[in-house]
Amino acid sequence: MRRLTLRNVVVAALLAALVLLPVYAGLAHDRFVLTLFTRIVILAMAAVSLNLILGFGGMMSFGHAAYLGIGGYAVGILAFEGVPSGLVQWPVALGASALFALVIGALSLRTRGVYFIMITLAFAQMAYYIVAGLARYGGDDGLTIQKRSQFFAPLDLGDKVQFYYLCLVLLFAALYLVWRLVNSRFGLVIQGARSNDMRMRAIGFPTYRYKLVCFVIAGTLCGLAGALLANHADFVSPAMMYWTRSGDLIVMVVLGGMGSVLGPVFGAVALLVLEEVLSGITEYWQIILGPLLLLVVLFARGGIDGLLGKVRHD
Amino acid sequence: MTLFIEQCLNGLQFGLLLFLLAAGLTLVFGIMDLVNLAHGSLYMVGAYLAATFTAWTGSFVLGVVLALAATLVVGMAVEVVVMRRLYGRDHLDHVLGTFGLILFFDELVRLIWGPEGLSLSLPSWLNTSIAILPGVDYSAYKFAVIVVTLAVAAFLYVLVMRTRVGMLIRAGASNREMVGALGVNITLLYTLVFGLGAALAGLAGLMQAPILTVQIGMGENILILAFVITVIGGIGSIRGALVAALLVGFIDTLGRSYLPDFLRVVLSPNAAATAAPALSSMLIYLLMAVVLVVKPEGLFSQGGK
Amino acid sequence: MIERNPAAPLLQIEGLAKRFGGVVATDDVTLGIAAGELHAVIGPNGAGKTTLIAQLAGQLPPDAGRIRFAGEDISALPMHRRSHLGLARSFQITSLFLDLSVLDNVALAVQARAGHSFHFWRNARLEAELRQPARAALARVGLSARENLPASALSHGEHRLLELAMALAGQPRMLLLDEPMAGLGPEESARMVGMLRDLKKELTILLVEHDMEAVFALADRITVLVYGRVIASGAPADIRANAQVRDAYLGEQEAGHA
Repeated sequence: MRRLTLRNVVVAALLAALVLLPVYAGLAHDRFVLTLFTRIVILAMAAVSLNLILGFGGMMSFGHAAYLGIGGYAVGILAFEGVPSGLVQWPVALGASALFALVIGALSLRTRGVYFIMITLAFAQMAYYIVAGLARYGGDDGLTIQKRSQFFAPLDLGDKVQFYYLCLVLLFAALYLVWRLVNSRFGLVIQGARSNDMRMRAIGFPTYRYKLVCFVIAGTLCGLAGALLANHADFVSPAMMYWTRSGDLIVMVVLGGMGSVLGPVFGAVALLVLEEVLSGITEYWQIILGPLLLLVVLFARGGIDGLLGKVRHD
Repeated sequence: MTLFIEQCLNGLQFGLLLFLLAAGLTLVFGIMDLVNLAHGSLYMVGAYLAATFTAWTGSFVLGVVLALAATLVVGMAVEVVVMRRLYGRDHLDHVLGTFGLILFFDELVRLIWGPEGLSLSLPSWLNTSIAILPGVDYSAYKFAVIVVTLAVAAFLYVLVMRTRVGMLIRAGASNREMVGALGVNITLLYTLVFGLGAALAGLAGLMQAPILTVQIGMGENILILAFVITVIGGIGSIRGALVAALLVGFIDTLGRSYLPDFLRVVLSPNAAATAAPALSSMLIYLLMAVVLVVKPEGLFSQGGK
Repeated sequence: MIERNPAAPLLQIEGLAKRFGGVVATDDVTLGIAAGELHAVIGPNGAGKTTLIAQLAGQLPPDAGRIRFAGEDISALPMHRRSHLGLARSFQITSLFLDLSVLDNVALAVQARAGHSFHFWRNARLEAELRQPARAALARVGLSARENLPASALSHGEHRLLELAMALAGQPRMLLLDEPMAGLGPEESARMVGMLRDLKKELTILLVEHDMEAVFALADRITVLVYGRVIASGAPADIRANAQVRDAYLGEQEAGHA
């Protein structure tokens, strides 16, 4: 962060913008932009968690949105059953996500490549169907959350500005955590396994264990994002975990640039802002987004990071 | 008892339909090493085109034939324009690229046909029951579906086991030099194989249209099942796809019919009513999980891909 | 200098066998390698040399037979455990962490032997415990100047050296080297031979190679494999003189060899 490279400047500008956003929103009397960016920050956290296993770990999970749903429903269900305290809801959200990740990871990591993609996809859909089948909690229609997670005063999640800053702080914390993680011994094992799993085993690393732990950490972090998302929307529905949402997360990671800690944040901002802009132009904006995605894959594979000059040596 | 036979036939019919879809997916992967998420979109296109052509021409048979041909053309066009640029790339690129295609197709369909979905009604000569066994009536159309899919399965068997192209398929030929050395035009081969896969998907889509649905997003829902079947059967294996598809078809159909009753025996009526739908959906994933534990490469896999 | 003791082999292979469908890759191979020995395994292409190494390293399970290392039966031991026992291998086709730096590559090999890696906080690239032995191994093979480059930036010859450095970083007792000279030019080959000659003094080495000059320059004993079977095994001079071996292999080799 010492040199004045293009990327550093862009990063600094982005971070400053995120921090100052509520100020701008207040001055411009624009509530919408605050809502939009709260959502962006939360999904950025989900994308950061996915990047841990996808970008750094090379594990192509197509079921990551499941954790958004699990975290979200933990909050929603507990709120519905009369447990509004965030101090209960959020640990449950994290614990449930961790458990799900543990079981799914243990089964899925026995495979690799295409199988892994399909299996994570299938298990996440299974979770979707289970949740959609829970008539008590709204099934397909979803569940409204009457009151956001309650914490001790003065923390009030109902206050839009406070909530935004809470999400932002948590995002920064997540970024710091991931940064420490990927540069630690553990992180190097994960990166080595991505680069050449067989060689890692040949030199003495039982890579399965490490990948599984990484998978659980990523799932848990995404579960937290899910809890935040539930609070943000005051609503949870199975659609949060439909597999195309997992696709959206992957798009954010690749768009931003895999394998850098900040990449997913670029990706989330870029994708969601792009969606807003495009849907302003035409109702059928996905017709533009689809081919655009294809073009990125074919010609700008390094994502925004690549465009800003951060090179990966694959 | 008659209900049981009927449900078994339904399971068979569903399984065979899934086989068509999974066969196309596994074929394309086996030969071109291409992960195609947009396979479900071709399924959807087949259904939409069938509904449209049938309405235009007034004839079910003509509509279906036209739709099949059109889907084949669409498939080949997609191969030429998009897929060619993805061969040899990382699977992640395939996933992302074809994901982009899904978005595109869903929206294109919405643009052309609107968000409501279509219906495809059967002609009177198919909209009856026939007696399979004495005293057992079954939908003539569903029976026709079973017959057609079995015929296609037989065709695929002959194709794979008896022809030169089939030999390439069985060899898991993702080795272009080897294929080229056999005097085969690879570019053309790939286009035809992808077209075949598209036709199979389209056929599955149009056949289920009168029974189930013609709507946006139908491809995504069934694609998951195709994936599960491919995992269980083993990527690249058509035989595996057949066995797995039948397994999935039976377990899913019979499970949904009989699980609620079974649960009522074990649990309270209320709990059974809540748990039944969720558990029924889970059944095939449990099957997949079991296969994963026992044989991670799939039941009939051709070895590490 | 390690005292060689043929009576107590460091690596003992007994009746090893492996087939792939109809092809017999390893056919009842029995072989003992003494500590401190440099034992070369030669043979025509398809003789099963890489398959042999794969079984010794734990990458492929043998169909029959036993492998003993330092007296312990390792036949069923998974790959990563064998490396912990001190049996390290290099790959015939370069298998490195291409997108990581040269130093990172070797440091990972060091890290593998440094207990578990469930450390989530400290920056591993700043840990002297890992970096110093890695740097030492790189210095051994002469790649110190390239340590910060991504491994993909190295030449083929340098890749082979990096392979060697990684095998050394874990401070193994025995090296399984699969064609370390593959694709090297004359200058690089000479360099590698010199390196192996030095390493001989402290390690036991099983060397699979095609380069006959190198083999005869380095080997204490040579085993000849043809279609997975041992057709001769002994001192280099004996092997050279062996008529069977000449017919099967050396004759062809010298005819085509510069």
